[in-house]
Amino acid sequence: MDRPTNQKAWFLVLPVLLLVAFSAVIPLMTVVNYSVQDTFGNNEFFWAGTAWFEEILHSQRFHEALARNLIFSAIILAIQIPLGIVVALSMPRKGIGVSICLVLMALPLLIPWNVVGTIWQVFGRVDIGLLGHTLEAIGIDYNYVRDPLDAWFTIILMDVWHWTSLVALLCYAGLVSIPEAYYQAARIDGASRWAVFRYIQLPKMNRVLLIAVLLRFMDSFMIYTEPFVVTGGGPGNSTTFLSIDLVKMAVGQFDLGPAAAMSIVYFLVVLLFSWIFYTVMTNFERGGQ
Amino acid sequence: MARIDLRNLAHAYGPNPREPRAYALKPLNHTWEDGGAYALLGPSGCGKTTLLNIISGLITPSQGQVLFDGVDVTAMPTEARNIAQVFQFPVIYDTMTVYDNLAFPLRNRRVPAPAVDARVREIAAMLEMTDVLRKRARGLTADAKQKISLGRGLVRSDVAAILFDEPLTVIDPLLKWQLRSQLKQLHKKSGYTMVYVTHDQTEALTFADKVVVMFDGEVVQMGTPAELFERPAHTFVGYFIGSPGMNVLAAEVDGTVATVDGREIRLPRAYGKSTPDRKVELGIRPEFVRVARGQGLPVTIRKVEDVGSYKIARLALGQREIAAVAPEGTEFPADDVGAVFDPAHLNVYVDGHLVDGTPVRGA
Amino acid sequence: MSTGATKSIDTGRQPGTPTAASAKARGFVAPPKLRRPRHLGWLVMTLYLIFLLLPIYWLVNMSFKTNVEITNTFSLWPNDPTLRNYRVIFTDPSWYGGYINSITYVVMNTVISIAVALPAAYAFSRYRFLGDKHLFFWLLTNRMAPPAVFALPFFQLYSAFGLIDTHIAVALAHCLFNVPLAVWILEGFMSGVPREIDETAYIDGYSFPRFFVKIFMPLIASGIGVTAFFCFMFSWVELLLARTLTTTAAKPIAAIMTRTVSASGLDWGVLAAAGVLTIIPGALVIWFVRNYIAKGFALGRV
Repeated sequence: MDRPTNQKAWFLVLPVLLLVAFSAVIPLMTVVNYSVQDTFGNNEFFWAGTAWFEEILHSQRFHEALARNLIFSAIILAIQIPLGIVVALSMPRKGIGVSICLVLMALPLLIPWNVVGTIWQVFGRVDIGLLGHTLEAIGIDYNYVRDPLDAWFTIILMDVWHWTSLVALLCYAGLVSIPEAYYQAARIDGASRWAVFRYIQLPKMNRVLLIAVLLRFMDSFMIYTEPFVVTGGGPGNSTTFLSIDLVKMAVGQFDLGPAAAMSIVYFLVVLLFSWIFYTVMTNFERGGQ
Repeated sequence: MARIDLRNLAHAYGPNPREPRAYALKPLNHTWEDGGAYALLGPSGCGKTTLLNIISGLITPSQGQVLFDGVDVTAMPTEARNIAQVFQFPVIYDTMTVYDNLAFPLRNRRVPAPAVDARVREIAAMLEMTDVLRKRARGLTADAKQKISLGRGLVRSDVAAILFDEPLTVIDPLLKWQLRSQLKQLHKKSGYTMVYVTHDQTEALTFADKVVVMFDGEVVQMGTPAELFERPAHTFVGYFIGSPGMNVLAAEVDGTVATVDGREIRLPRAYGKSTPDRKVELGIRPEFVRVARGQGLPVTIRKVEDVGSYKIARLALGQREIAAVAPEGTEFPADDVGAVFDPAHLNVYVDGHLVDGTPVRGA
Repeated sequence: MSTGATKSIDTGRQPGTPTAASAKARGFVAPPKLRRPRHLGWLVMTLYLIFLLLPIYWLVNMSFKTNVEITNTFSLWPNDPTLRNYRVIFTDPSWYGGYINSITYVVMNTVISIAVALPAAYAFSRYRFLGDKHLFFWLLTNRMAPPAVFALPFFQLYSAFGLIDTHIAVALAHCLFNVPLAVWILEGFMSGVPREIDETAYIDGYSFPRFFVKIFMPLIASGIGVTAFFCFMFSWVELLLARTLTTTAAKPIAAIMTRTVSASGLDWGVLAAAGVLTIIPGALVIWFVRNYIAKGFALGRV
């Protein structure tokens, strides 16, 4: 599709530019500014060069938080993408069931993130929560406040609960766009259920799966509120993700320089991974040969 | 390869149809011979695709049976029926190569690899696709994709029948001719029973041995192209097949005399006397109408269309229009124009259906 | 497997003579019957929905219990149902004020996001201009910026403008991720409208603004609805920025919940009731857009 060249179109984009400049560029410049300066008190800044970046990149605290984030995102993608596909395949295609499924599935997505945290904080408690109580009743020693593994289990379960529907809804949108003739042809060709999935449904879901992987990666990598409410980053530092650490550093300890340097590194890591996913998936889609 | 019998077959999409109107396909009985090439011809919504899908098992009919070589397959699922079907829009497996696409139906049926290879290469050669076998199917043009769909239908050597659902809709006109003649050759070579759905009369007439004309959920005529042309069993067939379609004139008939607009026309056969409660019509193909000076029914020439190899004269007979086809180079008279009907090709219709008169000696 | 089916088809030629064996000998076997895992599908779906609804049910369950019942007994449904928790919320201005604050800035954000995104999306979908691709990508990178990165600079920026603790501050801050998203979704929907429609309208003498409002916007109405849904959703669920930029006057309900639980100890019942009440607006919105959800979540580009 050839669009005509028209530089006046810039005027149409101008409002967005101004708004984004105000809500993104200026704050980002502040961050960059802080990241290369040091301060000993009120409004006295001096040049620090790359010192903060070196400190951050060599700090074990940062490495650990980054590792936690990467492991968390990997687990999240490994569970939510296949589960989302399975749920999408299981959804009814017509009738009242579609509306019911869509509405119920979208429900967790519309709950404020700290309420999501609260729900699971309560749900997982051994004394008053259904999950914690049940696990204890069947003899599993479960306590997400004390045990790091239990804390991770709770947070991952919570995220699966919270976001799998997004993947499923995206895949469902891809599935319903497949013309009926494809399924008919597959039946005539004697294709097995697996072959239908592998050669018809999966290829047609490619685009939406790309969106799903990107969104789920970005959002799981930026996760803050839900684990903060459930565990507060604990026990110990076991669920302290980059965002939690960053807010602790910037707002709690007011270490502006390191926090700013960390912000930039953090942002760049998200960009880098998103770019890798995007490139790999689009290459894969083109045939990868 | 199989003979297909349709017994008292009918289908309605809604549950419990009460009136005949609700039927997408009205009850019909037909036998399609083993190895025949059949075309289902009719306008959109006439039920031809419904009929095709019933045969392939994608739709279960509301009543009646489908028999393949005498075996009732009505309740069988598509994959058990051993049929191949090619759809209107190319259905290909994007991520596979052309080769894998063609091999897919065979591999699903666990045909040994050497047999698959031989068969795929044979079909590819026939479709002239040998040089793209290793390419991914996704990047190909629409007609190449449709050729793959055709190929997947043809690749199985054991199919009971191959069904085509307007398969050439998306193909360029020039390629259409090629593919159609390839199909025709293929049919001769392979002896498959083929059923071809189309709304294009040229396609139907060139492809099929027998054309099944459908109209409003009903089979109105089944016959060879020549039969459809010369003796349309229904005014719809006359109108739908041929370009321009058959002239249909309201008439009164008594014995061997038909009266149109007060003018008498002699008929080659004798019919009963027409009654006002039934609609009686006279049908004559434009090819059998001759324009002459001072003979036949008096008409005026409204216009003459020159289509290159012949001319079509649009004649006014009172309020009615009739068409006449004349060879290129014909000069039409300027006044005292008459239309002469070739009596051998005059057909009489009662309520739309052809009636056979009794032959008259010496007529 | 439908061995019977193979047999009956192949026997067709001479009814009664089994030729299935010969068919097998030629290497042709009926394909494995396409399984229709409908029952399995129902099972998966039911289990998944139960998984989704159990935690929510537990919250609702708790919201109708007294604190004594919550902490002392373990019951699957309220033994002594009470509306006290809801009464607390509806009578205390610091509670219900939170809802009003949340809804105020969410609506403001949705209106701002769509208002600025509409012309921009139109420009991206219709014209080629200097730097358009870079601009589009740059907009999307804003969606990838972790809100935690912006918490502090936002606080300072809005302090400098004296906007702290106002609704507009939160609404503007949420534009950070909602505007790129809105441009993205709207561009997808607009690209689905043929350009001939624009050209016809201009030939008919429509000015650009009149064409845009009278003809174009009705055409992409469902796209605007989907966009509004997403803006609502992401603004409604976000807490980090909303909490950082507000202190009292514009504090969102979600933040009040967090504070209350740490300050006044463990009033679980009220906490649960407040949580339930935050779910309701979302549920209402979903119900209205349910027919567009599937297409909407694919951002108009399936």
